[in-house]
Amino acid sequence: MSETLLDVQGLRVRFGGGTEAVRGVSLAVDRGETHCLVGESGCGKSVSALAVMTLLARGATRSAERMAFAGTDLLGLDERGMAKLRGNRMAMIFQEPMTSLNPAYTVGSQMAEVMRRHRGASRRAALDRAAALLGRVGITAPGMRLAQYPHQLSGGLRQRVMIAMALMCDPELLIADEPTTALDVTVQAQILRLLLELQRELGLAILLITHDLGIVARMAHRVSVMYAGQVVESAPAADLFAAPTHPYTRGLLDCVPAPGKVARGAQLGSIPGTVPRIPLGFTGCAFRDRCAQAMPECSGDIPAQTRIPGHRYLCRLPAGWPRDAAA
Amino acid sequence: MTAAPAIEARDVAKIFRQGTGMFSAARHVRAVDGVSFAVPAGGCFGIVGESGCGKSTLARLILGLYPATSGDILVDGRRLADMGRRERARLIQPVFQDPFSSLNPRRRIRDIVGLPLAAQGVGGAEITSRVAAMLERVGLSAEMAGRLPAQLSGGQRQRVAIARALILRPRIVVCDEPTSALDVSVQAQILNLLAELRRDLGLTLLFISHNLAVVEHICDEVAVMYLGRVVEHAETDALFRAPAHPYTRALLASVLTPEPGRGIPDVGLGDTYPDPANIPPGCRFHPRCPIAVDACRTQVPQPRVLSGRTVECLLA
Repeated sequence: MSETLLDVQGLRVRFGGGTEAVRGVSLAVDRGETHCLVGESGCGKSVSALAVMTLLARGATRSAERMAFAGTDLLGLDERGMAKLRGNRMAMIFQEPMTSLNPAYTVGSQMAEVMRRHRGASRRAALDRAAALLGRVGITAPGMRLAQYPHQLSGGLRQRVMIAMALMCDPELLIADEPTTALDVTVQAQILRLLLELQRELGLAILLITHDLGIVARMAHRVSVMYAGQVVESAPAADLFAAPTHPYTRGLLDCVPAPGKVARGAQLGSIPGTVPRIPLGFTGCAFRDRCAQAMPECSGDIPAQTRIPGHRYLCRLPAGWPRDAAA
Repeated sequence: MTAAPAIEARDVAKIFRQGTGMFSAARHVRAVDGVSFAVPAGGCFGIVGESGCGKSTLARLILGLYPATSGDILVDGRRLADMGRRERARLIQPVFQDPFSSLNPRRRIRDIVGLPLAAQGVGGAEITSRVAAMLERVGLSAEMAGRLPAQLSGGQRQRVAIARALILRPRIVVCDEPTSALDVSVQAQILNLLAELRRDLGLTLLFISHNLAVVEHICDEVAVMYLGRVVEHAETDALFRAPAHPYTRALLASVLTPEPGRGIPDVGLGDTYPDPANIPPGCRFHPRCPIAVDACRTQVPQPRVLSGRTVECLLA
C-alpha cells in the first residue's frame, strides 16, 4: 500500500495588495509516485510549490489547514527546522538552471556544499558523491565537469547538474518546477527519462509542475489541474485523460495540437478570453466567464464532486455531462 | 512558365565571426550553411530544429535583418539584396516569439500598429482608420488602441504583433516561434487566427518553431534544420508519416503527445550537443546519430531527392 509522503490541505497564499494566488489547494504525493500539477501561467502552481518549500517571497502570507511531510508538521517548523529538510529530505529543481546555479562557484563546490552542510561530509567525500551522481545523470567525464562553471555547460547539462545536486542527500521528495521548459524537445525527453529511472531506482516521490499536457500524460500517476489558485480537477492520470470532467480540463485538452487529431488548417479547440484576476472575497467558479456551460448558479457556491473514487472535480455539472453540448 | 515562388533561397549561407579579441583567433560560426528551398505564393513553410540549428538566423536573413554571407534570397523572383528597406518592409513582415520584448513598452497600441504606416509616409487620418480596422481584424477591441503593452495579456500582445505585421498588407509573414511564449489555450487562439488570416489575405507564411505538433498542424511543407543545413525537406504528411533522416526520426520520437501510459521515448541521441562553431567532419549529425557507420565520419552527404522529398543522409 502506498504511503502519503506529502499531505497538503487547504493551502492559501496571499500577496500584499489583496491578491490571493492560491485559494485552498489540497494535494497529496505518495512515496514513489509522480503527482503532476498542471495549469496555465498565473494559476498558482509554482506558488503552491514554493509555499510547500517555505520559499515564498517576502510579503506573501501562507496558511493551511494541514501541511505534513513524512509525518512532520511543516506549519509548525521554524526557519532552521525547515532549512534542515530543504535540500536534504525534500529538494527542488527549477525551470531555469542558469539562474538557480551560482555563476561564481564551480559545479563541484556548489554540489559539495549541499552534503557538507546537511551531512557534515568531508569535502573529499562530498566531491566523490557529486562525481558519482553526475555520472548517474548521464554526464560523461564528471571529474572535468566538477571543475567547470555553470556558464561553460549547455542548457541540458545544467539541468542534469541541478538534478544531480538535488539528489546529493537522497531526498524522499523532489519538487520539479517546469524542469524541461527551457530545453529542446530531444533533451527534454532525455531529462524526463532520467527522472523516471531515478524514481524507479530510488523510490523518489516527484511533484512535477508543468503546463505541458504531453508531459503530464507520459509522467504522472496522479494529476491535479489548477485554475486561478484552485485545484479544479484531480484524478489518476489514466482516468483524467479518459474522462476529463471539468470544462476547463476538457478545454485544455482540446487546445493541444497532436498529429492526426485535427485536420490541417481546421480550427483547433481554444478557450476564449484569458485567466482572470481574482480579487479577495471572490465567490463562485473562477472559470465561469470563459465557460460555455456557465449558468447563473456558477456565481454561487460550487460543489466538489466525485466522478469515481479518487477522481474529484469542482463544478456543478454532473460527471458525464455531454461533450457535444460544449460546441 | 509558372509564377516565381514567393520566397526562394538559393544556397544561402551566413557566417558570423566570433571572438576577434586581441589574443584569440577568430572563430567562424556557420549559422546557416548552404540552404536552398522555395515557398509557393500562399504556402505555409515550416522550419524545425533544435536551438542553435540556424532557424532564427535564416528567418532574419529572409527578413533582410542580416545580409547573407553568400547565396541569394529572392522574393517574387527579385533579389532581396537589391531592394531598399521600405520596399522590403512592404513585402515581408515579422512576428517574433516574445510579445513582451518585441513591443515598445512606452508606446500605445495604436502607435505600435500604426508605425509601419507612418514610416511609409501614410497620412494621419488614414493611419487611424487602418489601425482601427486591423485591430478589429485580429480580434482586439477598439478600447485596446489606447493601452500600453504592459496592460495586455501575452495573447493580446501577440495579436498586436500580428496586427503590426499585417498593417502594410505584406505578401509574406515570417513567424519566429510565434506561440512559444504563450499558454496552450492562447496558443490555439493565435494559431487559429494565423490560419484564418493566411486563408483570407492569401499570405505566404514562413513558420519557424521547435514544436513539431504545431508545425504539423499549420504547415504544408517542412524543412528540418541541423547545424545550419536542411537535412530533410518534404511535404508535411510525408515527413510525419515516414521520416527518412535519422535526425527527423529522433525529433518526431521526442514529441510527447497527451497519451497516458506511453512513457517517455528513448530518442537515442546520446549526450553530445551540436556546436555551430565546431561542425563535425563528414555528416555533421554523425556524433549523435544512432545508425552512423564509418563512412558517415568522413563523407559529406549530398542532398538526394527520394520520392517527393530531399534528404541529406548517406544511409537514406
